Amino acid sequence: MSDSTSAKPRVGLFVTCLVDLFRPSVGFAAVKLIEEAGCTVEVPGLQTCCGQPAYNSGDRADAAAVARRTIVLFEGFDYVVVPSGSCGGMIKEHYTELLQDDPPWHARAKAVAERTWELMAFIHDVRGMRRVAARYDGVVTYHDSCSGLRELGVKRQPRALLGSVEGLKLKELPGAETCCGFGGTFCVKYPEISDKMVEAKAEDVLATGADTLLAGDMGCLMNMAGKLRRMRTEAGARPTRVRHVAEVLAGMTDEPPIGEAGQ
Amino acid sequence: MESTASAFKDNAHDALGNKHLQSALDKMRAGFPQRRLDAIGKLPEFEDLREQGREIKNHVLENLDWYLERFERNVTAAGGHVHWARTPEEARQLILGLCRKLGARTVTKGKTMIAEEIGLNDFLEAEGVIPIETDLGEYIIQLRREPPSHIIAPAIHLTKGQVEETFREIHTSLPADRNLEEPRSLVAEARTMLRDKFLKADVGITGANFLIAETGTSVIVTNEGNGDLTQLLPKAHIVVASLEKIVPTLEDAAALLRLLARSATGQDMSVYTTFSTGPRRAEDPDGPGEYHVVLLDNGRSALLGSEFQDMLRCIRCGACMNHCPVYGAIGGHAYGWVYPGPMGAVLTPSLIGIENAKHLPNASTFCGKCESVCPMKIPLPKMMRHYREREWQKRLSPPVARLGLKLWAFLALRPPLYHFFYAIAAQVLGLLGKRQGSFYNLPLAGAWTSTRDMPAPQGRSFQELWHQREKKKAA
Repeated sequence: MSDSTSAKPRVGLFVTCLVDLFRPSVGFAAVKLIEEAGCTVEVPGLQTCCGQPAYNSGDRADAAAVARRTIVLFEGFDYVVVPSGSCGGMIKEHYTELLQDDPPWHARAKAVAERTWELMAFIHDVRGMRRVAARYDGVVTYHDSCSGLRELGVKRQPRALLGSVEGLKLKELPGAETCCGFGGTFCVKYPEISDKMVEAKAEDVLATGADTLLAGDMGCLMNMAGKLRRMRTEAGARPTRVRHVAEVLAGMTDEPPIGEAGQ
Repeated sequence: MESTASAFKDNAHDALGNKHLQSALDKMRAGFPQRRLDAIGKLPEFEDLREQGREIKNHVLENLDWYLERFERNVTAAGGHVHWARTPEEARQLILGLCRKLGARTVTKGKTMIAEEIGLNDFLEAEGVIPIETDLGEYIIQLRREPPSHIIAPAIHLTKGQVEETFREIHTSLPADRNLEEPRSLVAEARTMLRDKFLKADVGITGANFLIAETGTSVIVTNEGNGDLTQLLPKAHIVVASLEKIVPTLEDAAALLRLLARSATGQDMSVYTTFSTGPRRAEDPDGPGEYHVVLLDNGRSALLGSEFQDMLRCIRCGACMNHCPVYGAIGGHAYGWVYPGPMGAVLTPSLIGIENAKHLPNASTFCGKCESVCPMKIPLPKMMRHYREREWQKRLSPPVARLGLKLWAFLALRPPLYHFFYAIAAQVLGLLGKRQGSFYNLPLAGAWTSTRDMPAPQGRSFQELWHQREKKKAA
């Protein structure tokens, strides 16, 4: 269903709840990157959430209702791109499972899933982008968010692209593949366990000596930024700037880092 | 074993505050995963083996009745006996009956999780038969009257210092000024104390890592050799195992053995792998006079054909818990029953009922690490989600969570309302948090802000900004 008036593929941006509410700058960075990858971007105004909160809480009926709406809104695009491995994984890996007992919808879910990509995987693997025109002066470390990593294979793409950012030095994070303890509702259902996990993660981040922490999922980023900041106020930990990887790759770092006030 | 799984939150709270446990867990997190990586790194066909293992077990589960009968025939042909137990109670009575018939006063035990599942030790003790654990870890926790906290490393929650303390307290016949600084001296002491017990035991009870249908053989793997002494020296060897331990052939067992130790401890093979077929034959130099297999169902056959059937592929290697960040934070006891970690989060509700283990499938971030290291490729997060679905259907999930989700669904299905609400929330929270950039306290978000700040929104929702921009472009 490509747009016959344009040679450029049409991308539907699935914004995600957390980007929509907390950090629109990530959405605009994603738009810029997708456009630089040679596509046009549209943002369906009727989109809401991917349905994951209900799906992972056992409420299949509500999750399926939300999934059907999302499918309707996005099935007309050449690609669906999501600046989150978690929400991207929901659409790409779980919609078909969720709608498996409903053959017509299962088929539609499958068609959308095949065209859905996490942002890094899309620009790097699908569009072949190998360089970005951005500059970032700092030592950066990178956390691999679980769903992106294990459901969608997002690992080398952000690193490859970060390698092309002028002035940026990447310092690998030991235990980068270990969960930060966010886990959606997990972090409020089991706050003590979640805190233990994010504390270990924050200590690993601080030990790298990097001044910036990047990742590809707002949930994990808010969890880690919140913990790093608390450790700074309460234990004098070194300040760490926390950002979504898309902001750095798009060269859009004017907004203060996550959890920080403007100058 | 009594379950405290419903007190999971309190258990976890205590575990997080337990310094000994936390220091033991630090060691575990640093050890097992790296050793596994090193071991599988030397075996290029490891991924193919996982697929092969999965297929072997799937085939067994599709034909379980046939293989079980075949196993029974071949055990009988080798001079042994198979006893069928539907419930833990039946299994306990069968084992007690065998002990009574043999006039047993003491039984030695190799490590078996099924014996934990049926609460065998306490039962035998109450009936006047003294059980003696012979695996070092099991021996330690038996002295301390604690349950295992890990399916292959039962005492992993303890530090060396705690073990030394226990030995000094219990082994009062030994000189008080003996040196127990080195782990080796602790092992030597346990060995000395156990030697005599091996020789005096009337019955030896072990579990089984595999039961081989074509030969009627039970297989155990150990690193200490205690299993061999347990099953060879006494008058009778009783194997207690669950139905799904069956594999068709020796070759199948060999394939699974190649996965087991590498996934579990990062060894190529465990130090001892012992195949037992029937009792001692006339020409054998040693062996038990009788060989019995007690086969336990305890709800497993009900999983066949359900969305939880895949769980029956589990070979009890412990890789899922070794790699689980939640297990790594709280250890095994917090899970409250025999099986901890991700496999326990699925198996425990399967065996004792989801209403008695509500927390376990929820206490996961779905990070997926467990499934990625499982040698049998069991989709553990998916099955935990299925239990969450059962909880939702049975209204077992907390009312606040249900209400919150219903509210969320109401909004998510009404986009204009949803966007209105998000635009307001972004503005209000953005304004309130502008000066600091984060919230130190936030009403209704105490679970988050008690230990970490909540980053403030930038102030406008993306949808609002985007559609303003589009309108401007069009104008």
